[in-house]
Amino acid sequence: MAARRLDPNQPAAFAFTPENLAWAKTTISNYPEGKQASAVIPLLWRAQEQHQNWLPEPAIRLVADMLGMAYIRVYEIATFYTMFQLSPVGKKAHVQVCHTTPCMLRGSDALKEVCERVIHHDPHHLSADGDFSWEPVECLGSCANAPMVQIFSDTYEDLTPESFEKLLEAFKRGTPPKPGPQTGRQASCPAGGPTTLKDFAKA
Amino acid sequence: MLDDKDRIFTNVYGFQDWKLAGARKRGTWDNTKALIDKGHDWIINEIKASGLRGRGGAGFPTGLKWSFMPKADVRPSYLVVNADESEPGSCKDREIMRHEPHLFLEGCLVASYAMRAHVCYIYVRGEFIREREHLQAAIDEAYAAKLIGKDNVHGWDFECYVHHGAGAYICGEETALLESLEGKKGQPRLKPPFPANSGLYGAPTTVNNVESIAVAPTILRRGATWFSAIGKPNNTGTKLFQISGHVEKPCVVEDAMGVPLRELIERHAGGVRGGWDNLLAVIPGGSSMPLLPSDQCQDLTMDFDSLVKLKSGLGTAAIIVMDKSTDIVKAIARIAHFYKHESCGQCTPCREGTGWMWRVLERMAVGAADKREIDLLFDVSKQIEGHTICALGDAAAWPVQGLLRNFRSEIEARIDRYRAPVPREAAE
Repeated sequence: MAARRLDPNQPAAFAFTPENLAWAKTTISNYPEGKQASAVIPLLWRAQEQHQNWLPEPAIRLVADMLGMAYIRVYEIATFYTMFQLSPVGKKAHVQVCHTTPCMLRGSDALKEVCERVIHHDPHHLSADGDFSWEPVECLGSCANAPMVQIFSDTYEDLTPESFEKLLEAFKRGTPPKPGPQTGRQASCPAGGPTTLKDFAKA
Repeated sequence: MLDDKDRIFTNVYGFQDWKLAGARKRGTWDNTKALIDKGHDWIINEIKASGLRGRGGAGFPTGLKWSFMPKADVRPSYLVVNADESEPGSCKDREIMRHEPHLFLEGCLVASYAMRAHVCYIYVRGEFIREREHLQAAIDEAYAAKLIGKDNVHGWDFECYVHHGAGAYICGEETALLESLEGKKGQPRLKPPFPANSGLYGAPTTVNNVESIAVAPTILRRGATWFSAIGKPNNTGTKLFQISGHVEKPCVVEDAMGVPLRELIERHAGGVRGGWDNLLAVIPGGSSMPLLPSDQCQDLTMDFDSLVKLKSGLGTAAIIVMDKSTDIVKAIARIAHFYKHESCGQCTPCREGTGWMWRVLERMAVGAADKREIDLLFDVSKQIEGHTICALGDAAAWPVQGLLRNFRSEIEARIDRYRAPVPREAAE
């Protein structure tokens, strides 16, 4: 459990783009008649993606109105689920550093130190130029590729403090590298080549 | 070692094409209609006979679970697939979704047919954005090829939707998942009623793990006897193992149930960092399973029953390896922090207890504790275990109990060191 609050500085209004509005209508139709509240997480997520990756309060009210839900119910969702960012995040990258035990064993503490040094001493704060922010997160489900970070939709895996710092520089330049393992290995295949299914290892 | 011909997930690493054309080459969607034509009961009985046990952690027999669904009901039946893979150490469903989405989807169809469900929701954890995209692309291909949807080639109307969460471990608990899918906070429900009687929208629902569903088509094609001949009695078949932590080559690999732990680590993961004798402990089944010190790992086999005998569990078969350089108290304190962070806050013993255990463990990690607090911590963990609506309370208590059972002397030594008188020169 964590206490999470909305940001004191909020935009006046929020509206979905026409494309996102059409998408929202299709998504709502995935659920039975009268059960449209099921679409609340996907809609809030789309709103966050549209709004520089953080969720403003007017979007919470808009989604509630679209789904016929009480504002407080959608507010509960936005504060309960920790992927909803309730304050502005870095424009070029919001770095989620996995720091649960499997990543910790392989050096995620050193990645957090890089963030403290390069981005901001504290998580959930913008860097001086507003381009970066970071937070430690619980297990991101890529434990065989630890340590790793997630930046928006992509994961960057098998990191070292050095390769992580290079990764941040690449984001600063606006040329992020290919997501996935940063050592060149294929997904969660053992480094150096598979021990099984060798016949399937050629594309 | 398991033969390649007996492996189900032949594209687990994604070397091959994951889309429909590639999946067909690997045998997916090959005459699925023949399986459907054998009938609902044949499928359920075949899965029962295969001995498949749920791959999401609890190990409940999958066929038996399917048989709990009502055969005639005015309400619709639902299949909900739990793709909220969040147990620390676990990273297998991710590989299935991004590299074998069609095999998984075919499983959704046959499982839904067996349980007389026309609609399936796949609940993917929020962080798996690319995995979700692969899954959606596969679903779109399957609709276009009339493999699923209305009036499809299999003769069973079937709608399949990808749904997602937004970062809450608790939604991996099946009733919390259903709450979340209904658009609420992920707070578990009391059972009974069980989901088979009253699940999603109050209708009969079965919640299965991704891997349990994805292995079903291959079992049906090759026969229950093929699957049950692999592994050990009551622990049959193949399993995706995930090896992380202090090994030379962390990886995901499919092997037979009951494979020796040492063989798994040395053959596939390049061995323990610094050699087998450098092993301190393993967590054999994801973070909620109590750790096993190295002396219990020597001849350990990886299956449900062997691990229960050692007061641990196979869980999701996520093996977290720790060598002798590990600060074991700190490692378990991190797990305690995880559960503190992920407690949904509904039940007092869990909401308050997880934070309490974490704070005490952080002090114990540096020795700033009292020795009588060790027993107190064990007692508190017992007050949490079994006193909450869902199993998150148990999952938070077990790793702490495992630490206290096996590394009590380490904690006591740290307390002694912390309290040792400071030498005069150092004090000055």
